[in-house]
Amino acid sequence: MSQVAALHTAVEPAESPLTPESWGKLGMWIFLAGDAMSFGALLAGYGALRYGSADWPLPSKVLGVGLTAFMTFLLICSSVTMVLALAAIQRGDQRGLRKFLSLTVLSGVMFLGMQAYEWTHLIHDGLTLTGNPFGAVLFGTTFFIITGFHGAHVTGGVVYLSCYLIQALRGRLGQGSANAIEIAALYWHFVDLVWILVFTFVYLL
Amino acid sequence: MTSAHKQPNYIGVFWWLLALTILEVGVIFMPMARLLIAILLVGMAMSKAALVAMYFMHLKFERRTLGLIALTPLVLCVLLIFALLPDLSATPHRSTEPPQAPATSH
Repeated sequence: MSQVAALHTAVEPAESPLTPESWGKLGMWIFLAGDAMSFGALLAGYGALRYGSADWPLPSKVLGVGLTAFMTFLLICSSVTMVLALAAIQRGDQRGLRKFLSLTVLSGVMFLGMQAYEWTHLIHDGLTLTGNPFGAVLFGTTFFIITGFHGAHVTGGVVYLSCYLIQALRGRLGQGSANAIEIAALYWHFVDLVWILVFTFVYLL
Repeated sequence: MTSAHKQPNYIGVFWWLLALTILEVGVIFMPMARLLIAILLVGMAMSKAALVAMYFMHLKFERRTLGLIALTPLVLCVLLIFALLPDLSATPHRSTEPPQAPATSH
């Protein structure tokens, strides 16, 4: 062990106090807690603006609930394939890892495609960041900001998981990489969890 | 987590999430008071979020302190809602003017 490495271990304990597997996992949890506050602030702001508006349209009358219910189903499926990918790498099943990771990435891409389709239709109907023919202008503003912020997270997740998928396809992800996949899975499940709340508060309520 | 505990029944959790999603969509078309619909929707959304966090994110099998870190944003969001209350207008306002009756010429 080099002198630098010896000093490093003296400063930083080898084992994270809350996540014995790695410090990275604790780091991801802390990042997700901070990110959840961003989404929480956006949703709380949405609630306050909606409460103060007399002409806020009923979202289920303006937005396509059927399509977004299917998008919710898709993200739930992607969470299942993600945990199955993690289970596969933990037992050293390379074929299972590649299959389930591919399905997760595919679900994410399909979700983004459907969101683009939904946005295109709504913009065509006149709902924009600064305009809403169905009532309160801020309905459009909050809708695009919240769903756009979530969509950016899905995009980040697709890129993140695609990097691991490429490595898995090249045979570079062994059982030793299970912790890295678990950390990526935490991010992906968080994106699913947030969508569950966005779907309820922005589309159904 | 992860290999130390028994693997949860992921497909069982999936069926619960799917059933709750179908119920959520069904509830908005039920002839009930808006307040009751809202309470049901929030309850089901929180249940789904808890299922994802507990079983898919394995929070059920992690140390309790990690669960407290995960719960912190929820507590802060509730505080934020209370902090926003004084800013809420007592009388909701319209962002668009209601249609005016055509002016009559004298």
